[in-house]
Amino acid sequence: MLKDITLGQYFPGKTVVHRLDPRTKILLLIVYIVAVFLAQSFLSAGLVLAFLIAVTLLGRIPFKSMTRGLKPMLIFIVFTAVLNLFYTEGGTLLVEWKFIHIYSEGLRKSFFMVLRILLLVCGAFLLTYTTSPIALTDAIERLLNPLKKLHVPVHEFAMMMSIALRFIPTLIEETDKIISAQKARGADFETGSLIRRAKALIPILVPLFVSAFRRADELATAMECRCYHGGEGRTRMKVLRFARLDYAAFAAGALLLAGVIILRHFGL
Amino acid sequence: MSTIIRTENLSFTYPASGDRLALPVFEDLNLEIAEGSFTAVIGPNGCGKSTLAKHFNAVLLPSGGKVWVEGMDTADEEKLLDIRRQIGMVFQNPDNQIVANVVEEDVAFAPENLGVPSAEIRRRVDEALKTVGMYEYREHAPHLLSGGQKQRIAIAGVLAMDPRCIVLDEPTAMLDPRGREEVISTVLRLNRERGITVVLITHHMNEAAEADRVVVMHEGGVLADGAPREVFSRVELLRKAGLDVPQTTDLLNELNRAGWSLPLEALSPEACAEVIAAALSAP
Repeated sequence: MLKDITLGQYFPGKTVVHRLDPRTKILLLIVYIVAVFLAQSFLSAGLVLAFLIAVTLLGRIPFKSMTRGLKPMLIFIVFTAVLNLFYTEGGTLLVEWKFIHIYSEGLRKSFFMVLRILLLVCGAFLLTYTTSPIALTDAIERLLNPLKKLHVPVHEFAMMMSIALRFIPTLIEETDKIISAQKARGADFETGSLIRRAKALIPILVPLFVSAFRRADELATAMECRCYHGGEGRTRMKVLRFARLDYAAFAAGALLLAGVIILRHFGL
Repeated sequence: MSTIIRTENLSFTYPASGDRLALPVFEDLNLEIAEGSFTAVIGPNGCGKSTLAKHFNAVLLPSGGKVWVEGMDTADEEKLLDIRRQIGMVFQNPDNQIVANVVEEDVAFAPENLGVPSAEIRRRVDEALKTVGMYEYREHAPHLLSGGQKQRIAIAGVLAMDPRCIVLDEPTAMLDPRGREEVISTVLRLNRERGITVVLITHHMNEAAEADRVVVMHEGGVLADGAPREVFSRVELLRKAGLDVPQTTDLLNELNRAGWSLPLEALSPEACAEVIAAALSAP
């Protein structure tokens, strides 16, 4: 059951989107987010949506996996829609029934709010679907590199992230094992009140933490044995380099942003 | 043959912490490891095998005496990276020594730390992975591999440092028989074909029997030291130290106790069978 948990789901592939430098993709996502917030009209929102669909098609990401990813967000989306629908005043009064008043402005605002959330979440999905976690941490480290001058521990942060990612499956496997072991001893995780069930988790968490600390200790020794001494003087096997493809992607991002800004300028 | 590792009157005491008393592990230990040799270290639990291994690459520093690696003092902090690059270390639990979540990235970890140029890292990683027979798995996630495969990745990760010596601390303790066989044959090949010095700490007497030299540790000292045949023929001594002997030696010893007189030096199953056959066909 725990095996189904995936963090930052990644669909390996060799498409144009997959081949982009991870740094390009992160920067492009930022440009895209700005465009989403600037888009105020049907036309500019349509432009952003077209961009999203184009990238999804280029990356051969099945639309089904997008909708599946959106499912946990459903409550949040409905909540936002309802709130905006009932609490915005302005425009013509469409519905008036007891205490419920729905204005045309409310309808419009709630539509754009939902669209904006969908666009944002799907854009972020595209990044994690087409980029391996290790490439992402690597890219974040490079992008934040200038902060090293301000003594921000960028390398240490990236190393922690990649080790955490590395140990997620190991610790999930371990948790499964501990649960089985406790069940074999007669532990009951499924019945009783909420508090009882929460208490039943203690015999899982304690051994899990003990073992995680032991692992951390051994890993630290093993890293030292392999000459790890922080980020200083460290080289990388794979060096990230911007290619022609990345410049093309930047151009596409710039066009999107320019398009949205121009439409906004003309009030469209 | 020259010496690669030498301990000189080595003593080590785990310092007292909290309500635990200081725990002396060994005193005045003198041991030399010859370059290119394959040494197995055996001994009961708590005899100081692992503690000794950690002195070989300056993970632990002696409380008294010295440890020399290629003429460098392990207590010399300036030489730390040089020493660790020469003496690679492989530990028992494969999961706790793999750093990255792609096989080739993990193997690249040590040369990256050493500041090797990218192209050279690529070359070393490919070569190390081919040497341990894991090249086809270079883009896999390590947690999906078997124990034996993970341990071979760990060996490749050490090989990428281009070490002169590899110290393995019970590398097969958590593996199934097939994984054990994979790891031991890889280690043997590295020793025979590449001339890399191997120090293997183990609980499995059959693995120790493959070495050129067996060191038996007991209560912080060296109980016996010599070629496997010599060491394992001293069955009573080993038993007293709470150790097993290889199954072949055990069989020959039992037969001898029943009135036969067979040489205990026949270690491999083939040699053992031959000795028994010869004794049976003798008039």
